[in-house]
Amino acid sequence: MSDISWGLWKLLLNGVWITVQLTVYSAALGVVVAFGIGIARTHRLRIVRFLSGAYFEIFRGTSALIFMFWVFFVLPLAFGWQLVPMWAAVLALGMTYGAYGSEIVRGAIAAVSPGQREAAIALSFSPAQQLRKVILPQAWPEMVPPFNNLAIELLKGTALVSLLGVPDIAFGAQLVRNATTRSAPVYTIILVMYFVLAFVLTRGMRVVERHAKAGIGQAPPKRAGLTTTLSIGKQTSPIGPVARTAAGPTTGAATEGEA
Amino acid sequence: MSADSTPNTPKNTASGNDVASGAASGASTNPAVDGSELIRFDKVTKRFGSHTVLDALDMNVYSGKHVTLIGPSGSGKTTILRLLMTLLKPDEGTITLAGEYLTHEKKGDKLVPASDKHSRQIRKNIGMVFQQFNLFPNMKVLRNITEAPVHVLGLDKDAAEERARELLDLVGLTEHLDKYPTQLSGGQQQRVAIARALAMRPQVLLLDEVTSALDPELVAGVLDVLRDIAHTTDITMLCVTHEMNFARDISDCVMMFDAGRVIEFGPPEQIFTDPEHERTREFLSAVL
Repeated sequence: MSDISWGLWKLLLNGVWITVQLTVYSAALGVVVAFGIGIARTHRLRIVRFLSGAYFEIFRGTSALIFMFWVFFVLPLAFGWQLVPMWAAVLALGMTYGAYGSEIVRGAIAAVSPGQREAAIALSFSPAQQLRKVILPQAWPEMVPPFNNLAIELLKGTALVSLLGVPDIAFGAQLVRNATTRSAPVYTIILVMYFVLAFVLTRGMRVVERHAKAGIGQAPPKRAGLTTTLSIGKQTSPIGPVARTAAGPTTGAATEGEA
Repeated sequence: MSADSTPNTPKNTASGNDVASGAASGASTNPAVDGSELIRFDKVTKRFGSHTVLDALDMNVYSGKHVTLIGPSGSGKTTILRLLMTLLKPDEGTITLAGEYLTHEKKGDKLVPASDKHSRQIRKNIGMVFQQFNLFPNMKVLRNITEAPVHVLGLDKDAAEERARELLDLVGLTEHLDKYPTQLSGGQQQRVAIARALAMRPQVLLLDEVTSALDPELVAGVLDVLRDIAHTTDITMLCVTHEMNFARDISDCVMMFDAGRVIEFGPPEQIFTDPEHERTREFLSAVL
């Protein structure tokens, strides 16, 4: 590894920063697409369900790589202007991974007990209020673990952008390899880099998940360690249920206390 | 319509009768005293696939009356409550609440199936308590009760919270207002669900087997609350239950269902002690 000069290290580290940016922007677009398409796929109007279902099928069935090339090379022929590679990549990744995400959103919505929607109807909530106040808050904790998987897939999928010449980790690795003609250390280093990024992402999502579960009154499982401290220390709302369950009196209330 | 096309089908016993006006006692009810007709089912038919759950049902319920629907499972009792709550749509016939169509709306001279907006407007006057409680697990007890009054009725938050506290006091759960539903027992959850339904100040309260999912020792607490409400308010109640003692206590009228028809109705003393129909007798001897 000593063969790799500081200049080449900087190339790799810049690549990490580009990869992080790509992941964050694509994930942001992907979440918007996932919720938009996922909710539309549960809409009561057939035409809305059809169009959103078509979007899902098309993007599931096409390659993110080819779509990225298509956005970068074919769209300019039609419109006469070209996106910078970075944004072409974000667009392609966000729309593709958003399509996968829509399936997660749709499934989580479908998994909310029908009694919840009926109770919301019985209280005369409008369809939008039913979704916002009752259905989505309960579906959300179910979405977090599969979203985590998808986010990691997306992180690794961003390596495709090196083919458009976006200087991400994979692109940097290629340059360093050419400069040093040493494959083993370079590829080992970037494997570790992707792993560390994915690990950080997973830890972050774990915090999100615990917070989401606490928000529907499901106390997170007791676990010692860093993430437990983080998730409790960060927000105030989970403290209530966590502390009470730990203290015991509420578990008692589930069996007695019928005044 | 289906009843007309099958002349050999015996006409529904309840057809055209004012079910909840104490008909069996023979006393003609003065609407000025007992309130006016609140709910009207007009030839309501509901099918699930080829199975007819309700067959051209006619039924009136007068304001302030407590009606209990009894009968074997699958006889259409719960379907009536679900139709009133607009969780189901009738295949034929109309339902009105206080003279306004619940299932339909007038477009010019024509009667068309109600839009969601229209039925939402009418169903604000109806509250429902479910077998499985269906409290919102993402909201604490207090917010379960205040959410709809604030966001549907437009009550200001303080007024809604005050109302919620009064209702929690009524159901005996004041100290639990800051808990999540999952931290409560089934009986407690059901009492919160009753408070939540009442917070909308409905004219009609629908109770769909509200004690069936509870452990036996928790049933009494819930029934006590409902007795209290039945005896101290003028809310109209439609109640599907297997608790016959409770039915006897609170009802002005008991309706016996079988195979989508009302085969018999009357005041509880009569239905429970001296039913006319063999089918009613069988059913009661099986459940009492």
